[in-house]
Amino acid sequence: MKILVCVSKVPDTTAKIAFSNPTIYDESGVTFIINPYDEWYALVRALELKETLGGSVVVASVGGADYEPIIRKALAIGADEGVRIDAAEKDAFSVATEIASYAKDQSFDLVLCGKETIQYNGGIVPGLIAEMLSLPYVAGASKLDVDGNVVKLEREIATGIEVFESTLPMVVSAAKGMAEQRIPNMRGIMAARTKPLATIASANATEQSEVLQFSMPPAKSGCKMIAPEDAASLIQLLHEEAKVI
Amino acid sequence: MKVLVFVENNNGKATKAGLEAISYAKSLGAEVTAFMIGDVQADGGVGECGAQTLKVQAGNCDSRAMAKLIAQEAKDGGYNLLVASHDNLGKEIMPRVAIMNGYTLISGVTELANVANGCMVKRNVFSGKAIAEVASKSTISILTVLPNSFGVKKVGGTAAIVAMSATCEPSQVKLVEVKGNHGDAGVPLPEADLVVSAGRGMKGPENWGMVEELASILGAATACSRPVSDIGWRPHHEHVGQTGIAIRPNLYIAIGISGAIQHLAGVNGSKVIVVINKDPEAPFFKAADYGIVGDAFEVLPRLIEAAKHFTANK
Ligand SMILES: Cc1cc2nc3c(=O)[nH]c(=O)nc-3n(C[C@H](O)[C@H](O)[C@H](O)COP(=O)(O)OP(=O)(O)OC[C@H]3O[C@@H](n4cnc5c(N)ncnc54)[C@H](O)[C@@H]3O)c2cc1C
Ligand SMILES: Nc1ncnc2c1ncn2[C@@H]1O[C@H](COP(=O)(O)O)[C@@H](O)[C@H]1O
Repeated sequence: MKILVCVSKVPDTTAKIAFSNPTIYDESGVTFIINPYDEWYALVRALELKETLGGSVVVASVGGADYEPIIRKALAIGADEGVRIDAAEKDAFSVATEIASYAKDQSFDLVLCGKETIQYNGGIVPGLIAEMLSLPYVAGASKLDVDGNVVKLEREIATGIEVFESTLPMVVSAAKGMAEQRIPNMRGIMAARTKPLATIASANATEQSEVLQFSMPPAKSGCKMIAPEDAASLIQLLHEEAKVI
Repeated sequence: MKVLVFVENNNGKATKAGLEAISYAKSLGAEVTAFMIGDVQADGGVGECGAQTLKVQAGNCDSRAMAKLIAQEAKDGGYNLLVASHDNLGKEIMPRVAIMNGYTLISGVTELANVANGCMVKRNVFSGKAIAEVASKSTISILTVLPNSFGVKKVGGTAAIVAMSATCEPSQVKLVEVKGNHGDAGVPLPEADLVVSAGRGMKGPENWGMVEELASILGAATACSRPVSDIGWRPHHEHVGQTGIAIRPNLYIAIGISGAIQHLAGVNGSKVIVVINKDPEAPFFKAADYGIVGDAFEVLPRLIEAAKHFTANK
């Protein structure tokens, strides 16, 4: 089974969010990581499937040379091959176009993405890829099993768990529950150095949207403190002042 | 301006997220047409939120086949804008419609769009730590609305029902079953207006009785921090935060949760945040509207008493 995992690069979850001008994220002092959904769930599940069913796992990213440490880390965790599509991440549409144009004649059985990036929180790249490749797609799966040609998926919803069945090839975006995080070991890190990491040319995808400006959410006006002995008065405040109950 | 709103069908009625999408479109001052698939009871509730027309397509199909139906209607109906909820179904359908019809999709929007000249709209980025104003580059755009960011606004009315007669394409993805309720009879977390949440400060699963009691008196859903679900004190579906689910209730009460940035990322859209923590330095207080520095085991019983009293006299 040949699996493609799309991984994106995001600021570490504790990174300070600031903008050096209205449209540019200030990267100074920021460490970047693989988007948690891509790493912990999509990549690890892909590796588990490869370990039980055989095949290979390719990780692909759309981005500049600064993406290479991210792809190397995915190789250290266990992916066989890395591909960097040398293009700017203009918007979801451009990223999906680049990935689809690379994947279209590679005959992947499964394309795995994260449910969303913790940076842009778009959650639409996998759906765009699915339509561009004319493949079935399930968003936000928490469980994925492959039996022959049949894919069994589960998704947690507010009231229970939806169980889906589809067939390969398909696109799936991964949510919590699909796998458990794997920490790369020394052997993996060494092996990653010699694994293939290809840079391929951009398909010159255009974007459909643009960020006009970033801003920070309005600051909280301050926290009203209530003495623990007066805890009961909180209920009154929530009713009369905050008007939420 | 004509807006087409895709509304998910839940046993003949619009989902709450679907009604929110209608309210969003209505608030833009648009002529709103709702589109539902399957069997719908009367107008499914969409008229009350401002939809003038409800187009109903019979049949039962997967999200790809649904996307084809919606893309066709979008072409035929001459709409200026499409709106849906940014939930699982919206994430499956709308990217396809965007590609099929060459529209721009802007997902997870949190505020009303400026449609005076093109389409400009705000959405949360960096897990709620910043806001981006995004402009669409095409004449027709699709917006998916972040659940609970806008609210359902009832304006009264009924929608005129139009039965559509397209044929659904065969489904590639089959919904085999929905495994029953998570076991709790309470309010589903992503849709809840009120949430009572607790963290490692509760010391062990045996102490959740108080958390559940407060929640049930207030009619709130329960949630928890990630370590609490990781160590199995609480079920996974209660885990909120950057790697769990993101919620935006009217009220979020956090008990014995430190307020790590990854936790805040999932709850900072809440309108009012109450923090109960014995450590006055807990970072959560910086994001709170009301705070109590105290031991949860002393504060909770007082809150429960007060909440009982409040609901009894309401
Ligand atoms: C990449 C990444 C993603 C993550 N994603 C998430 C996520 O999605 N959601 C999430 O929640 N976390 C997430 N985390 C973990 C997060 O960083 C914190 O570790 C976690 O939120 C802490 O949980 P907690 O507040 O319950 O526990 P703790 O940090 O242990 O805090 C317990 C709190 O309880 C207080 N306390 C103790 N006893 C009492 C008492 N008797 N009465 C009142 N207060 C008391 C303490 O003062 C303390 O503030 C993530 C971490 C990483 C690295
Ligand atoms: N630049 C990128 N390169 C590769 N994959 C990406 C990139 N951006 C997004 N993705 C994939 O698409 C998913 C959803 O991204 P988004 O729609 O931006 O929230 C991510 O979890 C990744 O799997």
